[in-house]
Amino acid sequence: MSDFTDALRTAGLLIVHLDPEVRGIVLLSLTVSLTGSFCAFLIGSPIGTALAIYRFPGRGALIVAANALLGLPPVVVGLAIYLLLSRSGPLGSLGILFTPAAMIIAQAVLGTPIVVALVHRMMVDAWATYGDALLVDGASRLRALPSIMSIGRDGLFTAFLAAFGRAIAEVGAIIIVGGNIRDYTRTMTTAIALETSKGELSFALALGIILIVLSMIVSGLSLVVARTLTGRW
Amino acid sequence: MKRWSIKMPTIAVLISAMALLCAPALAQEKSIVVASTTSTQDSGLFGYLLPLVKQKLGITVKVLAQGTGQALDTARRGDADVVFVHARSAEEKFLAEGFGVKRFPVMYNDFVLIGPKGDPAGIKGKDVLTALQTIKAKSAAFVSRGDRSGTHIAELALWKKAGIDVGHDKGPWYKEIGQGMGAALNMASASNAYVLADRGTWLAFKNRGELTILVEGDKRLFNQYGVMLVNPAKHPHVKKDLGQQFIDWLVSPEGQRAIAGYKINGQQLFYPNADDPNA
Repeated sequence: MSDFTDALRTAGLLIVHLDPEVRGIVLLSLTVSLTGSFCAFLIGSPIGTALAIYRFPGRGALIVAANALLGLPPVVVGLAIYLLLSRSGPLGSLGILFTPAAMIIAQAVLGTPIVVALVHRMMVDAWATYGDALLVDGASRLRALPSIMSIGRDGLFTAFLAAFGRAIAEVGAIIIVGGNIRDYTRTMTTAIALETSKGELSFALALGIILIVLSMIVSGLSLVVARTLTGRW
Repeated sequence: MKRWSIKMPTIAVLISAMALLCAPALAQEKSIVVASTTSTQDSGLFGYLLPLVKQKLGITVKVLAQGTGQALDTARRGDADVVFVHARSAEEKFLAEGFGVKRFPVMYNDFVLIGPKGDPAGIKGKDVLTALQTIKAKSAAFVSRGDRSGTHIAELALWKKAGIDVGHDKGPWYKEIGQGMGAALNMASASNAYVLADRGTWLAFKNRGELTILVEGDKRLFNQYGVMLVNPAKHPHVKKDLGQQFIDWLVSPEGQRAIAGYKINGQQLFYPNADDPNA
């Protein structure tokens, strides 16, 4: 058990002393994961909603695809994005491999199917309840889209948090496309992987504890924001 | 109840904001990407050297710690400016393919054969080839990096010298884990297995458990590091001036002194030898 008590003590010390390197790592983790999941949210939520309210050929296939991609292995996503962004790859001229931007793209890609699948599920229910009313008002489905998204905003928030949860906990993709460069692309999870490989197991676990605390704070804050925005407590 | 409905202009603004955020930060600072091995990072050498480089040259060095095979691949694809690795045969192949400009020897340390204190196969103090033959004969657990890293390449060369075709003769005792040096040491520590490690990573490694050095000091365990600029003729975007400045500093008397000055618990980890043309 001494490993765990060591880790708890180290985590406490790191938080109390605001270790500058750890602070940088925490900030980068938050920035990358929040931006990545927000990108996923912006892309995924209209798609998920549209899948719920429109009927078009290929819709079923898209829904199946989104659900299947929930289990997308991060390491595969990382590898694919690596090959795309590599200087020898099609998007190499952007020069963004091994930068935080590449990590954001990876997390957006991983988060999008989660948002699509969750939003679709919830919007199907919302549409069943409110869809007729919205259309009776004379609106087209396109005009109804923002309204139904507004009605189902609780669900949208859940989807965003799910994407964020995946992003902040993810290591396989971002370690490939970010390169785990100190003070530049090193996040909580890649730092944990590194410290483990250095045999600094309690320190690695301490970072893990901070990561969990951080996730709790973010989801707590999101809940407050969501409740304030929707006026529903 | 206040309603917030998502309007198209709002979405457009948000998307452009995200695009700006997602766009690469404008490269204002002088920085290079160095593809290197896990040993230079896990041993703490880079943590010690890079602040000096920043101070002297004003260059921020971004290190990818990957293992020699992967580091050379990264450089082949043009995703690094400099490679700093330790497998001379692989480095010379890289040069011959035209991906590197010139190889500079930088420093050396040595590999050590690590195993549990109890030493079930009884290899302590033997020469490295006899030690490997004994491990094989007794089918004692052995962890191999299995990742085309410099250490893995050196390990395979040692098996060959010991007259063992490990690719053919390996059994359940020989565990190829395909991971970095630290992971291999963690695994050896957890399962009381033998493992070949570079001395730098071993000295810096914390989770030793029952592991200790059993074979060392054999000439065949020599471990040379070299540095190369990625060829701008192959990859025009390579930051050749900054990269060469970094290389020049590493092999300069000042850089060499800095490398010699890196110690853990008073023990020197790397020995500079840029002045040895045969290294």
